Amino acid sequence: MSLTRQDVERIAHLARLSITEQEMPVYVTSLSSIVDFVDALSRVQTADVEPMAHPLDGQHQRLRADGVTQSDQHEKYQANAPAVQAGLYVVPRVIE
Amino acid sequence: MLHTLSIGELGESLSSGRISSVELTRHFLERIERLNPALNALITTTAELALAQASAADLRRAAGERGALLGIPLIHKDIFCTDGVRTSCGSRMLDNFIAPYDATVVSRLKEAGAIMLGKANMDEFAMGSSNETSFYGPVKNPWDTTRVPGGSSGGSAAATAARLAPFATGTDTGGSIRQPAALTGVTGVKPTYGRVSRYGLVAFASSLDQAGVLAHSAADAAEVLKVMAGFDPLDSTSIDAPVPDYPATLGAPLTGLKIGLLQEFFDGLEARNTALIHDALKIYRSLGAQTVEVSLPHLPLSVPTYYVVAPAECSSNLSRFDGVRFGYRCENPADLADLYKRSRGEGFGAEVKRRIMTGTYVLSAGYFDAYYLKAQKVRRLITDDFRAAFGKADLLIGPTTPTPAFSIGAKIDDPVTMYLNDIYTIGANLAGLPGLSLPCGFVEGLPMGLQLIGPHFSEAKLLNAAHRFQEATDWHRLSPRGYE
Repeated sequence: MSLTRQDVERIAHLARLSITEQEMPVYVTSLSSIVDFVDALSRVQTADVEPMAHPLDGQHQRLRADGVTQSDQHEKYQANAPAVQAGLYVVPRVIE
Repeated sequence: MLHTLSIGELGESLSSGRISSVELTRHFLERIERLNPALNALITTTAELALAQASAADLRRAAGERGALLGIPLIHKDIFCTDGVRTSCGSRMLDNFIAPYDATVVSRLKEAGAIMLGKANMDEFAMGSSNETSFYGPVKNPWDTTRVPGGSSGGSAAATAARLAPFATGTDTGGSIRQPAALTGVTGVKPTYGRVSRYGLVAFASSLDQAGVLAHSAADAAEVLKVMAGFDPLDSTSIDAPVPDYPATLGAPLTGLKIGLLQEFFDGLEARNTALIHDALKIYRSLGAQTVEVSLPHLPLSVPTYYVVAPAECSSNLSRFDGVRFGYRCENPADLADLYKRSRGEGFGAEVKRRIMTGTYVLSAGYFDAYYLKAQKVRRLITDDFRAAFGKADLLIGPTTPTPAFSIGAKIDDPVTMYLNDIYTIGANLAGLPGLSLPCGFVEGLPMGLQLIGPHFSEAKLLNAAHRFQEATDWHRLSPRGYE
């Protein structure tokens, strides 16, 4: 199955990725070849097979007591942010 | 020569006072300064920090403290968060990211007194098999600098092979420790899923990622894994089980060990590579092991299964890079949508974008069942094959890679050909099994790896089997010319 330019544009939008005009034909070709490659799975008989989401059997999500374990370190963490004001992350205006 | 000594020998030299950790650290920093420019194995060198840690280790030793890694230098793959030190993950996206905390692997090694010399180059976000996708440029293989060191832990492997450190950390999602270990002639261990904490390890594919070690021998790797492994409440998939004393069982006899020869691993393998594996089997038989033939009929499907599951998880994990909270932000965004799209489009490299888009596609409406759910089902069939094989054999054996190191540039433009390079390693990740690669000979002057795969939590047995092989062979002692 071959992907079209429109397919790749749709996927890129879903993934919130800007793709340049130069990159686009490369992705149309390489993503098509990857989809063809993984299509090998469609020929496998899996009617009664339980999907496997975790590599080890019998694992459960652990719970912990609902208590405070971390102190506020927002200044340290926000030191990595591109733009911060008064402890808030700054982004372009969303609501006019 | 300090850089040719084992971790055990270095520990004795430190204990007896023949050398200090500061001297040892200076020795390796000098090697990095002199030899790394030709290899590009490190992204960041932390000389000042290393010397401060070494002084502290010397004080701890002077106060009577002992420990196998106390004062021993190492290099961390740049995927592990290191408090106060840039953690780039090989990406422009994180080129300016100073980690605000230590990964559990980092803090455990730090507490044990190991000295961080720097951060190793890697494929961007660990997505690659050749270390060519790094924002910081390709790593060169010290055995032949026109060739790749493998990936994604290519910097860790090249640095260990060039003896820029006694050992390095790595991560393995589809072979990213074992494949570069094989291509650079070092010993690499990928533990059982959940054995080593993933906390603070920049996530790629969370049901597959596992941290491990690259070292000069199984004996050295055993010392490191003993420190790295163990339960961590900060990782929800960490396994709460006691960590065996891996060094203690290295010398156990192999009499009666049943080694399963994986038929599918020899289909299409070149005669010279097959011969190396058969030479290794002769050594194992002489050590008292038996060999049985085993089959994993679904194994040929492991690469397509992986290239659905791993990109799907990657597309979800990498959605956190939004240009808002940390990492790269584009110039002059027109609006929020533009900020997201251009920050990600400009911050991620070509292969990472390809994987994110593959993952987005297989998870998108109308394709989820056909690809993602289907791959999860085939993943179970592959896992069941391994379980059946372990009914007949204690360990499985085969080559780590189909070929020795390939030339830089040879496969980078053809993703599917590149992906097939991981055909022998991906199965263990899908099934969550521990695997180990150790040097077993040379083809055209380039090292080849022997791969051992065991049942869940069989790291002690894998290290034991690798150590006994290394007692009988010298492949792991050989260094590339110019790095002896």
